[in-house]
Amino acid sequence: MGAGIAKLVAQRFALGVLLLLAVSVVIFVGTNILPGDVAQSILGQSATPQAVANLRESLGLNQPTYVRYFEWLGGILHGNLGTALSNGQPIGPELLSRLGNTLFLAFWAALVAVPLSIILGLIAVRHRNGFIDNLISASTLAAISLPEFFIGYLLIYFVAVRLGWFTSVATVYQNMPFLDRMNAIALPAATLTLVVLAQMMRMTRAAILNVMQSAYVETAELKGLSRFKIILRHAFPNAIAPIINVIMLSLAYMVVGVVVIEVIFVYPGMGQYMVDHVAKRDIPVVQDCGLIFAAVYITLNMLADIFSILSNPRLRHPK
Amino acid sequence: MLLSLRRIPISAQVGILVTIAFVLAALLAPVIAPYSSTVVVGDVWEPMSAKHWLGTDNLGRDLFTRLLYGGRITLFIAALATALSFTLGASLGFSAAVIGGWFDEVLSRFVDMIMSIPTLIFALVVLSVLPSNTVTLIVVMGILDSTRVYRISRAVAVDVNVMDFVEAAKLRGEGKIWVIFREILPNALSPLVAELGLRFIFAILFLSALSFLGLGVQPPQSDWGGMVKENKDGIVFGIPAALLPAAAIAILAISVNLVADWVLNRTTDLKGGRGNG
Repeated sequence: MGAGIAKLVAQRFALGVLLLLAVSVVIFVGTNILPGDVAQSILGQSATPQAVANLRESLGLNQPTYVRYFEWLGGILHGNLGTALSNGQPIGPELLSRLGNTLFLAFWAALVAVPLSIILGLIAVRHRNGFIDNLISASTLAAISLPEFFIGYLLIYFVAVRLGWFTSVATVYQNMPFLDRMNAIALPAATLTLVVLAQMMRMTRAAILNVMQSAYVETAELKGLSRFKIILRHAFPNAIAPIINVIMLSLAYMVVGVVVIEVIFVYPGMGQYMVDHVAKRDIPVVQDCGLIFAAVYITLNMLADIFSILSNPRLRHPK
Repeated sequence: MLLSLRRIPISAQVGILVTIAFVLAALLAPVIAPYSSTVVVGDVWEPMSAKHWLGTDNLGRDLFTRLLYGGRITLFIAALATALSFTLGASLGFSAAVIGGWFDEVLSRFVDMIMSIPTLIFALVVLSVLPSNTVTLIVVMGILDSTRVYRISRAVAVDVNVMDFVEAAKLRGEGKIWVIFREILPNALSPLVAELGLRFIFAILFLSALSFLGLGVQPPQSDWGGMVKENKDGIVFGIPAALLPAAAIAILAISVNLVADWVLNRTTDLKGGRGNG
């Protein structure tokens, strides 16, 4: 039994690694075979053919694509992320500090969003089809329709500018005191929370409702237990697995949502780093950022699958 | 017609009306707009007044006019991208279901892989090498979104493909093209129509996000996302100009969502499905 689970988890893990490798090929090859010459775009249209040829040589662009791919991948596995074209600096240290900032922001947003969405989901089930439940469904509809920057700028306009509670620009720097840092990320974290909250709430609600329709819950009801106790003692433990799944998927969603939010609040995270360098057409930085974003996203999705395998005995015996 | 109109729930009626209003405003922009969208007609960030209904933007252009023309660009690109993603996604999805075998396997695994990269991140990687123009935008958005359409149309087509009337058509000796267009397409249409609305909203939000990041529609043209970017610096001075295009996106997205929601419920009702509960 134990060996069976270990095998399944190992299989899922291997699949994740394989997927990540495939994605790295897609990212690398995609930026190489698409029309457009890196050397040409750095130097601009007016460059002489000789200058372009020289730059191609110094960037190593004359080697075959597969050689450059393995050099790139090997470098990343050894912690060498290459150098940025735009300023000639190594990418590694800069990217690492920005990744830290992004994870810091996502961590605090998740710490608020996860418990809040579970509690609200429970309340929605408790008052099913009532006023609160309808309010929650309506807000879900609104939340998936609102662009992130609308929520972000509304918060800046009303909370930061009109009320003056927080700063509108989330500047953080190294060795910044913890409380100042928290104050700086308050609004971006709130925006990120609002973006994922409705979706998480709805999925939590669906997960618990699914359990609520099972026979043992009916038994508990017929025993005369109070409705809240049924939800807390009988439904919730069985809904934990799908809820963990929801949390992992939402965290994965946050990693992407963070890109736009960092630009809104001028927060020095990885999303903004990537967007800046897409505009500068700095391919090495874009490739590295793309790969890391994809890796985080794939890892979280993989963890969601592994948690479901561990928590649901029915998934341990695939047909 | 009138009878069926009355059976539409209020929320969907509002959705349809607002969506039509947006489309009309975009189509008739040159007629309605009081000024030219590129000419400076006042001071920078003038407040709302009788002369400039919604004030002026960061360069002193009339904001109401800019909104109308911005809507035109937003709707145009989003509509073309959605059309592309549906044509591509549905035809590949149906083909995969009908042909099956290795064709289905290769295509489905490929789509799985593309979908394992977040759409925005993938778009950023691709846009870093492609020339920034409208055609690139439409093609990139259309192809990336076609993966979602592929999944749904394949799932629907696999179900329809095993029905008796499809078996009969195959035994009759009809070709694959006939089966796809005459047997599967009509029966897969209603779930796809509901999906169309959702994909259209996604295209609008996605385009706005790209333009907001400065990677979508390039100046001097601007869509709603680009207008938010142009006017965002005013926010810290308490000037709400950037909120107006953002609100326009939100209102349009909510209205289309209301309509799509109704279509979705209606198609599940028709099938004797789960209904509203």
